[in-house]
Amino acid sequence: MLLKQGAEAKIYKSEYLGCPCIVKERFVKKYRHPELDSHLTKERIKAECRAIVRCKAAGIRTPTLYGVDLAKRCIYMEYIENAKTLKECISNAVNNTEHADGNKDFIGPILERIGVFIGRMHSSNIIHGDLTTSNILLVGDLRSEDLQIIFIDFGLSSADESAEDKGVDLYVLERAIISAHTLKENVFNVILKAYAKEYKKGSSEVLRKLDEVRSRGRKRLMVG
Amino acid sequence: MGRLITKCNDPTVLYVSGGNTQFIAYSQNRYRIFGETIDIAIGNCLDRFARVLKLSNDPSPGYNIEKMAEKGKKFLHLPYTVKGTDVSCSGILSNIEKQAPHLISSKQYAPEDLCYSLQEAIFAMLVENTERAMSHCGSQEVLIVGGVGCNLRLQEMMNIMSEERGAKLYATDERFCIDNGAMIAQAGIEMFQSGTTTPWDLVTCTQRYRTDEVEVTWRS
Repeated sequence: MLLKQGAEAKIYKSEYLGCPCIVKERFVKKYRHPELDSHLTKERIKAECRAIVRCKAAGIRTPTLYGVDLAKRCIYMEYIENAKTLKECISNAVNNTEHADGNKDFIGPILERIGVFIGRMHSSNIIHGDLTTSNILLVGDLRSEDLQIIFIDFGLSSADESAEDKGVDLYVLERAIISAHTLKENVFNVILKAYAKEYKKGSSEVLRKLDEVRSRGRKRLMVG
Repeated sequence: MGRLITKCNDPTVLYVSGGNTQFIAYSQNRYRIFGETIDIAIGNCLDRFARVLKLSNDPSPGYNIEKMAEKGKKFLHLPYTVKGTDVSCSGILSNIEKQAPHLISSKQYAPEDLCYSLQEAIFAMLVENTERAMSHCGSQEVLIVGGVGCNLRLQEMMNIMSEERGAKLYATDERFCIDNGAMIAQAGIEMFQSGTTTPWDLVTCTQRYRTDEVEVTWRS
């Protein structure tokens, strides 16, 4: 059963040894040169599997990996029941409340925890590569401390120590939050604060890089 | 401007030129930048590579690369740098700049092959992230604007992607893609008709206006 067609993969729900599972098929992209396509697909499947395993070791929740089939371009992994994306949760919260401030209180603590997890990811040198609000799942009561935060879609991930890549990772998230959701910019600072607290060793350098990456965008000439 | 010419309604926009490479979606009175290049623009990358090959600037370096690429056959693997919703082009340029003289003089690759490989790699990045933007925003229309938007191979790739997801591609040609005067005039008319005016003594000129800085008063 097809659940979703993302930018580069079809997501099916299926069964793996009796367990409900997700099949993520990176189908052939006909617009891409065939050599480039098969190269990228293999690299991304491998990157995704590696990152899932590394996250597990670091104590970050991701779907459990069940199996991989490079020939079929598929990854089999845990199906997460009753999950909502962070994107849905934020836009629900923003749209459904007239007194926006009163009812958005619960988002702060969630973002704080997300900041902690990203800090943990980066201190283990895992670069997610596509940190958008669609790639963070929430399961459970949004106001409860038992709320599970699950990171998905590690196809663009890499293992890298550099502050540059970590800075870009944060930059991508910042932009995803600002562009898709009309929230105030300061919500991102909640994430950064928690991030810095968790990732004591490297965060100051990463945050400096983040500033640098931001300014690259701003200063670009508008010509041509 | 693109919407005027192509009559599309609410597209995801790929804005590709010598100065800009942006993935744009409209939301709540702003054209929001969903992703962009984190270093040099795609057109800049192509132009600079044209200079490496000493291609003519007539009619434009990008057009000459496009023509060369049509004759290219052998595919060279280049770096592929997609960073979430952003892309990066400077590393690819450095890579091919460094390799090109040797690859050509040793006859391993013809200049045509390199143009072809460069186009295939960077356009694939553009199409991929346009698709990512469409998927994120749930959009069924895509519009290509800017000078590089004239490139037929880019339009072809974008069209294949759009058809695969049941979306529709809108593109224009060099009459509109590179006429900045017409674009500015069109934006001016839209602003005027929606009641935005600027007193003459406050009129200034800036080249550094970012897409998302302008409040869009002419769309709901």
